[in-house]
Amino acid sequence: MAKPASTLAKRADELLNWFDKRLPVSAFWKATMTGYYAPKNFNFWYYMGSLALLVLVMQILTGIFLTMHYKPSAEEAFASVEYIMRDVDWGWLIRYMHSTGASFFFILVYLHMFRSLLYGSHQKPRELLWVFGVLIYLALMAEAFMGYVLPWGQMSYWGAQVIINLFGAIPSIGEPLTEWIRGDYFISDATLNRFFALHVIALPLVLLGLVLMHLVALRENGSNNPDGIEIKANKGEDGHPVDGIPFHPYYTVKDIFGVSMFLLVFAFILFFWPEAGGLFLEHDNFVPANPLATPEHIKPVWYFTPYYAILKAVPDKLMGVILMGCSVMVLFFLPWLDRSPVKSIRYRGMWYKILVFMFAIAFVRLGMLGMAAGTPAETIEMRIWTFVYFAFFILLFFLSPKGKTKPVPDRLTH
Amino acid sequence: MNTKAVIRIVSLAALLAASFPVLSAGGGSLEQAGINIRDTAAIQRGAKWFVNYCFSCHSASYMRYNRLSEDLGLDEDLVQRNLVFADVKLGETMDIAMRPKDAEAWLGKAPPDLSLIARSRGADWLFTYMKTFYKDASGRWNNLALPNASMPHAMWQLQGIQVPVWTTLENGHGGQAEVIDHLTLVSPGIQSPEEYERTVRDLVTFLDYLSEPAKVKRKNIGIWVMLFLVLFAGISYLLKAEYWRDVH
Repeated sequence: MAKPASTLAKRADELLNWFDKRLPVSAFWKATMTGYYAPKNFNFWYYMGSLALLVLVMQILTGIFLTMHYKPSAEEAFASVEYIMRDVDWGWLIRYMHSTGASFFFILVYLHMFRSLLYGSHQKPRELLWVFGVLIYLALMAEAFMGYVLPWGQMSYWGAQVIINLFGAIPSIGEPLTEWIRGDYFISDATLNRFFALHVIALPLVLLGLVLMHLVALRENGSNNPDGIEIKANKGEDGHPVDGIPFHPYYTVKDIFGVSMFLLVFAFILFFWPEAGGLFLEHDNFVPANPLATPEHIKPVWYFTPYYAILKAVPDKLMGVILMGCSVMVLFFLPWLDRSPVKSIRYRGMWYKILVFMFAIAFVRLGMLGMAAGTPAETIEMRIWTFVYFAFFILLFFLSPKGKTKPVPDRLTH
Repeated sequence: MNTKAVIRIVSLAALLAASFPVLSAGGGSLEQAGINIRDTAAIQRGAKWFVNYCFSCHSASYMRYNRLSEDLGLDEDLVQRNLVFADVKLGETMDIAMRPKDAEAWLGKAPPDLSLIARSRGADWLFTYMKTFYKDASGRWNNLALPNASMPHAMWQLQGIQVPVWTTLENGHGGQAEVIDHLTLVSPGIQSPEEYERTVRDLVTFLDYLSEPAKVKRKNIGIWVMLFLVLFAGISYLLKAEYWRDVH
């Protein structure tokens, strides 16, 4: 039995050799996987990136199959989604994978970004890595917004109406700008058709390009880690970081385990709670879009509600739009606002722990308030948390250079 | 992972979990429909009520007759004879003869399609709605779940006629407000209150099925998917542990 196997192995080697002479297959694999050394102390937070990549692939694949049956016209869109849910074989599964995937994409991305706050992953020399990440987040928001319009339910229609009208607050060019975005005087078939084009081809291309740049930038300096120490500063005799381990096989097998745990949660929601109580699929979106009947309570999907709350916290529409824009744009400047000599929260003082904790609470509370009806008491609370949200970045800028730190160890604590 | 990290994850999870109850709020006090979507007999009875009492005005345009016969284990001939009135084929969707434009002219507002009503309104709301029709002082039909509903009580012959019993409430600002305390049956219907409640429950069970015909299948498959993933997680953990034995 041994002989044919070895012949086969020889053949496989020859084949790989043939390819290597024409395409750097082995060199690429070595540079990015087996010869790429990653810190050995990754924890829970370090699963999010690979999982987000998995969800991106899943969204593209399920999206392709949805596109085969979906009809991007105001007359037929709603009915075609129900056609997918009822008449297309396994259509319900593909649609639920896509709708649940959209929400999980944001859950993962938010956790992934929060990880950076914990361990200072945005700090030098990974500023560009962070900036590409924020660009991915922006593209993802546009992608999700346009995708949410496609089922053409009441919330699709009125949510789009509210969000596009925000651009109308811009002085002088506001009105023509909203018309240009909609392609009509109101949300209509023209709007749906162009959002479809942007959702299925333009933005996915942008996303893939940005993800590629994010990964290239990641491999350039390597991952940060929970201790915030540069493992490349401490290399062994073999030239590899002493606290590093080859990405493959160590992190590939670890990420497979991460995938299995993620899929357990994901499948549970998908098969037993796909609407997530109205969070992932809103009740009003099971009513076809009707330009003549405004729903009682218009609100964006949960992943936009923190920003929606910041918008609503300001009485003036233009100022609200500006502040909302700032709340996203400020993320780009994080690497330069955080001037701490220490990366990880483990070795920063209590001041940083309090800041990060308050910021996390502000973000979650704003998200909850953004979904609420908007009573006067809720408006006051929105203002408080909006203040906390921005105070985080301002205090970070002033406290980080001189805030108390603890001594950072030379080697990873594992 | 150290204990601090665990505390951080748990507190974050708690924060996220805290955001859920906000969404289920609203809608006032609804009665629990207590439906069982696996009760095929109830769905069959509900289909009969639906066709007899709702289907002349409300369509179910996303549902096909043959899907009904397939899912409910009904003979196609039986469906054709009992559920299909008009001259339509079994592969067609459950549309009504009344055109929306005409309906608007005759009834003021076109009756909504009911294919997805259980997903937009919820089973409990539908259950409450069908049980709380009453005749107001002017002798017109009204409803507790949907005040000033334009729909008359289609099943009044089954339930009978209810009228409101009023009560006075202090509104907290020193004033008083007249509110409906409960409804009382003044003219009994063909069915007893218990029978009527079962009728409504059957109807709501059918509407819930109608809103997502694949629901039972989804949950059944979900159990196998979860079992597979538990197995997969176990094996992938062992694989990871085996590879990581030499990492110190």
